[in-house]
Amino acid sequence: MSLIQEARAREGMLAQPGTAPQPAAWSVTEQPWAWAVAALLLIMPLIANGFFLIEIFGTTLILGTIALSLMFLAGYGGMVSLMQLTIAGFAGYMVAVFGVSGNANISLGWPWWLATPTALVLAVLFGTLGGALAVRTEGIYTIMITLAIGAAFYYFTNQNWAIFNGHTGINTIATPHFIGIDWRSDIAFYYLTLAVAVACYGVVLYLSRAPFGLALQGVRDNPRRMAALGFNVNAHRIAAYAFAALIAGLGGVLQVWNYRQISPGSVAVERCIDILIVAVVGGVTRPVGAYIGAFIFVMLRTFALDFLVKVGLDGNRFRLLIGLGFLAIVFWSSDGVIGLYERWRKRGQHRDTRPGGHGHG
Amino acid sequence: MDRVADRLSALGSTAALELRGVTRMFGALAALTDITITVRPGERRAVLGSNGAGKTTLFNCVTGDFLPTSGTIRFFGEDITAFPPHERIRRGLRRTYQISALFLGLSVRDNVYLACRGVSRARFSMLRPRANDALMQATERLIEAVHLTSVRERFVSELAHGQQRQLEIALALAGAPRFILFDEPAAGLSPTERRELVEILTALPAHIGYIIIEHDMDVALRVVESVTMMHNGRIFKEGAPHEIESDPEVQELYLGGGHE
Repeated sequence: MSLIQEARAREGMLAQPGTAPQPAAWSVTEQPWAWAVAALLLIMPLIANGFFLIEIFGTTLILGTIALSLMFLAGYGGMVSLMQLTIAGFAGYMVAVFGVSGNANISLGWPWWLATPTALVLAVLFGTLGGALAVRTEGIYTIMITLAIGAAFYYFTNQNWAIFNGHTGINTIATPHFIGIDWRSDIAFYYLTLAVAVACYGVVLYLSRAPFGLALQGVRDNPRRMAALGFNVNAHRIAAYAFAALIAGLGGVLQVWNYRQISPGSVAVERCIDILIVAVVGGVTRPVGAYIGAFIFVMLRTFALDFLVKVGLDGNRFRLLIGLGFLAIVFWSSDGVIGLYERWRKRGQHRDTRPGGHGHG
Repeated sequence: MDRVADRLSALGSTAALELRGVTRMFGALAALTDITITVRPGERRAVLGSNGAGKTTLFNCVTGDFLPTSGTIRFFGEDITAFPPHERIRRGLRRTYQISALFLGLSVRDNVYLACRGVSRARFSMLRPRANDALMQATERLIEAVHLTSVRERFVSELAHGQQRQLEIALALAGAPRFILFDEPAAGLSPTERRELVEILTALPAHIGYIIIEHDMDVALRVVESVTMMHNGRIFKEGAPHEIESDPEVQELYLGGGHE
């Protein structure tokens, strides 16, 4: 994906001569304010009410985790997959089908500790098979084929009644209770989503410097050279799809526990594109971008309607606001909010190091 | 049975690289016609010829980027004609590119580390390497060998052209190469950098053979013991450097036409 290479190259050019840049080392530990965010997230239940805890922060963490799976594929592997939400939705459906729900004729009634791993394994299988199809293509054709998989799955869920219960979907899905805690109660569920999101984020960050992740970045920059170094490029790409499917699947399981129901609307094509918007708005070159994008998206989705009504416009136009925000960010930065932040930080550094510079009196 | 036969012929064969009747068509255009070459282990050979003579296509057929339309390619006796590129590399074949093919979004060290990892096991390892990891040490040694230690943390996109060419060579030296294809390694280098390149090539262990495509005769003829001249996708002449240099037909073709 040339867009990412360009963004990287520009980053490189902006770096000051004489200071060694640290490739992909941008992590929580380097950023003092990131500790503040981490602390804030930990004590959030003390500050926020149930609505904010689940509808804003819980939803952000779930959406961000699904977008993180796209970030992993696009940012490190150069593969833009539009089927990540489909994989998440598939995992959600499988939780409903194997677990306990209001549709007793469909659900098998397995306990959550059996149904959830089964759903994740099947989601990884789904992602691996989809990936095996997608890696035969490059660039825009990868987007097309993954979008086709997403659209096909949406129509299939609509029309299949035996497993997916058609357009009504599956309702009142049971959520886990163990060690005496109802994990769907607001505070417990918030910490569950936070734990899953932090784990996924940490693993992706760690993998970016491990041979598997480095090789994926090599495949992104120059697949032909990777083959000439002894790597089986397509096998690496498929493995990346499998890993991304696990992350998307985890997000999907949390999603279905959050809403306790799933229907074709949850896996519609617009939802798939939402994930792309989240990832691009946040910035696909760094894992944290997925969560930043998700936060912006959820805030807009939740409050744009009220805002529009307040200024005397039709509240149903809130998607217009999201679209305009998306356009603005992409217009000013090829790497989303992360790109804007990096540029602002570099400019700050530049001013600081300029000899006899103004601004510091 | 076939595998056993392959092994036996590998034992009997002495050629590092053996091409038999290799032809490559692009549509109706024959980029290579009936190429037959045998290179001994440790032999160092130049492939010369004007632009469009088929030199790089020859490399691409050997590395598997293109499959030959007909003919067979053997590497240390093993028939690799239909192998995918990575399988050939894992058997000790290496190549460099005329236009540097590096990983611009990664640091110099990551580039070299990937090259070392590509020809070893655990390519899919999900554990970060430690600093005292054997491959990390091999990486540092290789960076030192091509004089890039001072810029090893830099993004490749920030390197000067000459440094990128040095890195290009480093990637081909990772692991245990048995035979290397150098595609115009001196392209765009300054006279000083060319001298360094000749040093690097002549300092390679004696068991490593190579084929070098090079327009600069001063570089090419100083680092090889045999020369193959190509013209219009065919082998035109083979011989020792001094024979080729003094051959009137070669001078007519190579220095007279097409080459500025």
